[in-house]
Amino acid sequence: MPRLYTEQLSVGYGERVIVDRLTVHIPDEKITTIIGPNGCGKSTLLKAMTRIIRHQEGAVILDGKQISQEHTKLLAQKMAILPQTPESPGGLTVGELVSYGRFPYQKGFGRLTKRDYEVIDWALEVTGTIDFKHRSVDSLSGGQRQRVWIAMALAQETNIIFLDEPTTYLDMAHQLEVLELLQRLNHEQKRTIVMVLHDLNQAARFADYMIAMKDGKIVQAGTCEQVMTPDVLRHVFHIDAEIGRDPRTNKPMCITYHLIKGDAKHVEKTNDVHSSFVRPHLECVR
Amino acid sequence: MNSSFFMYGEKEGMHMLKKFSLAFIVFIATFIGAIVVGAAETTMKDVWLAVTAPKTNEVATMIYEVRLPRGVAAVVVGAALAVAGAIMQGMTRNPLADPGLIGLTAGANAALAVMFAFFPSATYMQTVFACFVGAAFGSLLVFGIGAKQFSPFRIVLAGAAISTFLYAVAEGIGLIYKVSKDVSMWTAGGMMGTTWHELKIVTPFICFALLFAFWQSRQLTILSMSEEVAVGLGQQLTRVKTILFFIVIVLAGASVALVGNLAFVGFMIPHLVRSFVGTDYRFILPMSAIGGATFMLFADTIARMIHAPYETPVVAVVAVMGLPFFLFIVRKGEKML
Repeated sequence: MPRLYTEQLSVGYGERVIVDRLTVHIPDEKITTIIGPNGCGKSTLLKAMTRIIRHQEGAVILDGKQISQEHTKLLAQKMAILPQTPESPGGLTVGELVSYGRFPYQKGFGRLTKRDYEVIDWALEVTGTIDFKHRSVDSLSGGQRQRVWIAMALAQETNIIFLDEPTTYLDMAHQLEVLELLQRLNHEQKRTIVMVLHDLNQAARFADYMIAMKDGKIVQAGTCEQVMTPDVLRHVFHIDAEIGRDPRTNKPMCITYHLIKGDAKHVEKTNDVHSSFVRPHLECVR
Repeated sequence: MNSSFFMYGEKEGMHMLKKFSLAFIVFIATFIGAIVVGAAETTMKDVWLAVTAPKTNEVATMIYEVRLPRGVAAVVVGAALAVAGAIMQGMTRNPLADPGLIGLTAGANAALAVMFAFFPSATYMQTVFACFVGAAFGSLLVFGIGAKQFSPFRIVLAGAAISTFLYAVAEGIGLIYKVSKDVSMWTAGGMMGTTWHELKIVTPFICFALLFAFWQSRQLTILSMSEEVAVGLGQQLTRVKTILFFIVIVLAGASVALVGNLAFVGFMIPHLVRSFVGTDYRFILPMSAIGGATFMLFADTIARMIHAPYETPVVAVVAVMGLPFFLFIVRKGEKML
């Protein structure tokens, strides 16, 4: 049994079921990526696993205990979350933001100890953000900012780190920079990393374990080779994909793809129904 | 022991100490100025007499019975409103938030009208409690209609609608039961006519709420980032929000009970303070208290002096200073938070 898994987990907003009786095991000390079309429930799954939203049925188990029964501060010492678009108040400095990562360990007025300072500096160092320690977070580029948020998550000193689309809004070089940083953290420090990624090839390239989702259910979970197949992608994304090998990393990659013609109308139609149905709920939740 | 106790970086800790010392000196100077300056000629010596032996002469008695309570009222109300506003802005992540926004002030106001109409013999203590209940009722209406969550835009709309409704209710009760003069005397009167008796009842509530707010300030800093981040860092959201909510109700309700409706203070002061001490509510809240108190003293002194010996409503003075500031913030956009 891994440290973290879900059992028959269901999450919904009102009547609508977003995650449907989903059982998934997150392998320890590995990188897990979750892929799937918009609205498939991948972000919701991530939020339910990190107690940001409550689930209706089933359970999320961490270290043999349901997270809903665990003290939230204790959980924050075991898992860190980087939300999709984290925002910080204007004028906040990098050092201050990263120091908030120590929050789960603090009491009272929140005085930083020597050990806190050491951890903060280490987190800044390892993410390559120590040079702008005293700069305001606003003044940084997207890639730098994302690294600072990762530094905050690292300062939490958790074994498990969740990231919801950590590469959104970044250019290609910065995307890779962030993903390589996470890979290094995984290799060198054995941290378990779970992230939602939009880009299939990146998901395959960095993952030890992949989860493909659709309509709140898992279509396929396993190694990249098991998930990055034309069959799975056809089913999950309604695309006809050509899968090859990345000549440099030797990981499976989607070289090119077409929309599946015969199904196109059907896909569009269900998408419409889907979006008009989902949107009002999602907006409330935001 | 270094001075960076609870703050990232040693230099900043030092600067912060200097900033607070400076602010406190300005505050004390303003307070003394507000007591000395007035329609009647007074000197520092009279003020000293008033504090040490108020019964010695007429001037000393006037200072003790009129100016001092008025000054103290300005201090506690200014501090209460500014801190309430800062908490609101942090909780809702809305730079335009203040206690008026979520129906607190309007609710307390309606409660006053109800008290005047139906319980004319109520004690001051009972009236203060009615204001707390009214403030809580007003804000619960806003949240009930606005949204389950603190979506800034919905809260602003619901707050405006509910506030208008509650003011209409207060006015209606005032007209039907012929108490509108009493209500408006109370709500528009500002610090005028505040007595020691009233202060003895209201001040402990405000002080207690302020201390509670300072104690929760670190939680507020985390909450002001986003709820997802706060949960991720192990914050007990519901608990923290409930505590902060009660603090704001007490601060806003007590302010209305003491001086009536004062817009802009709760909104304006935290913004000024942020540009001075940054984004950490452990510094924003105490500095807002000092800043709000200083500002109210200043505004009230102007209100007394601008057309002496006649009073200018302090509400008008505050609005004249506050409105341009409001427009400035709106133009500058939401990055102020």
